[in-house]
Amino acid sequence: MNTPSSEVLSRRTVLSGVLFGCGIAASMIDLFIFHLALQWHHFYDLSTSEVALTADGFFHAFGWFITVWGLFLLADVRRRAQVHWARWSGAVLTGVGFFQLFDGVVFHKLLGIHQIRYGVNLFVYDLTWIGSAVVLLIIGLLILRRTRPAQVPA
Amino acid sequence: MHHHGEPFEGLGLEPADPLIWAGLDVVVVLLLLAAMCFHTGGLWAARRRSPWPRHRSLLFHLGLICAAGGLLGPVATAAHTSFTAHMLGHLLLGMVAPLLLVLSSPVTLALRALPVQAARGLTRVLRSPGVRVLTHPVVAAVLNAGGLWLLYTTDLFRVMHVSPVAYALVHLHIFVAGYVFTASLIGVDPNPHRASMPVRAAVLILFIAAHSILAKWLYAHPPLGVEPGDGKTGAQLMYYGGDVVDIALLVLLFAGWYSATRPRNRQHDAVTSR
Repeated sequence: MNTPSSEVLSRRTVLSGVLFGCGIAASMIDLFIFHLALQWHHFYDLSTSEVALTADGFFHAFGWFITVWGLFLLADVRRRAQVHWARWSGAVLTGVGFFQLFDGVVFHKLLGIHQIRYGVNLFVYDLTWIGSAVVLLIIGLLILRRTRPAQVPA
Repeated sequence: MHHHGEPFEGLGLEPADPLIWAGLDVVVVLLLLAAMCFHTGGLWAARRRSPWPRHRSLLFHLGLICAAGGLLGPVATAAHTSFTAHMLGHLLLGMVAPLLLVLSSPVTLALRALPVQAARGLTRVLRSPGVRVLTHPVVAAVLNAGGLWLLYTTDLFRVMHVSPVAYALVHLHIFVAGYVFTASLIGVDPNPHRASMPVRAAVLILFIAAHSILAKWLYAHPPLGVEPGDGKTGAQLMYYGGDVVDIALLVLLFAGWYSATRPRNRQHDAVTSR
């Protein structure tokens, strides 16, 4: 347990990247870009059901938790071995893409917690949001595929 | 029925004598001074041991200053009429001050300063079943978040502003619950029954969720007698201010895990570090 194998560290690198990617998509991108810079999102649009409000609170907590967890896992890999940065970056893109897709489909459309922007034709915004999420997810997965560690013959 | 600006209507309580409120301030000042004296006395008693880290003393005094900021002076005065000021006071007293004080590890200082017999007595108290239950993260989180729900979803918020006894008890609870909760998650003092990392992580996630849900709920439903604009500003302060402290707690929680799991095999270190 004190000396994890390179396979374990490689998996930890991917876990770290995916957690960090999901985390920044949930906590930072939403807060800094959509709330503070563009001001498209509101703090709370007062139209939400209590179930959605509760779900929102848990996602908020999870967002910050996995951001910090992802970074500490990265620090842990770094103190044990060389970090494969390309693989980590691929994992981050996968995480961001996955979360944005999840946010765009489940939160915006299915639960209707909040919309991307108010008083505009939402179709274009939804298309851009979900489309960019899919593109990020595919790029991330491709990088992860290309940076797979070579199989050690048994 | 209830008009804004007349928050005490319908409670059947007369506002208390200003002298009692002033007396409460005196008690707070005496408590803060006593804490400073105990700390200085502890440093003096432990002077023959290895030097006490300066940053811990600094954290202790900063913690007291934050607690004082929440209980005395302009913020506390404004808190009687402004919900936003009330929330700032609560952030200082219930989150920031406990965090700083926990990081100053006062129990360790006390154990160093006390004579052996007294130190053993203190350890025995800390190991007792009652303290063990109260300092479990789940219990501490329920006491902390539960207190907030009671305060903001019942008449307690209005009662507190008329009754000095309720005011003193609510603020004592906010500080003590904040301290015990913080210590149960990221405490640096010796803790014979520290909960496992998964339990502490789960409790912290639940607490952050409860805190943010309550803040958004308050945004929509400010306590009786609070102006809607003031209520919204206060709720956002609770949400974002709470976030700052919660993220610090998350970082400290993982920092504890990080140092506890550091590689111990020196040979392995030499090979892998560059």
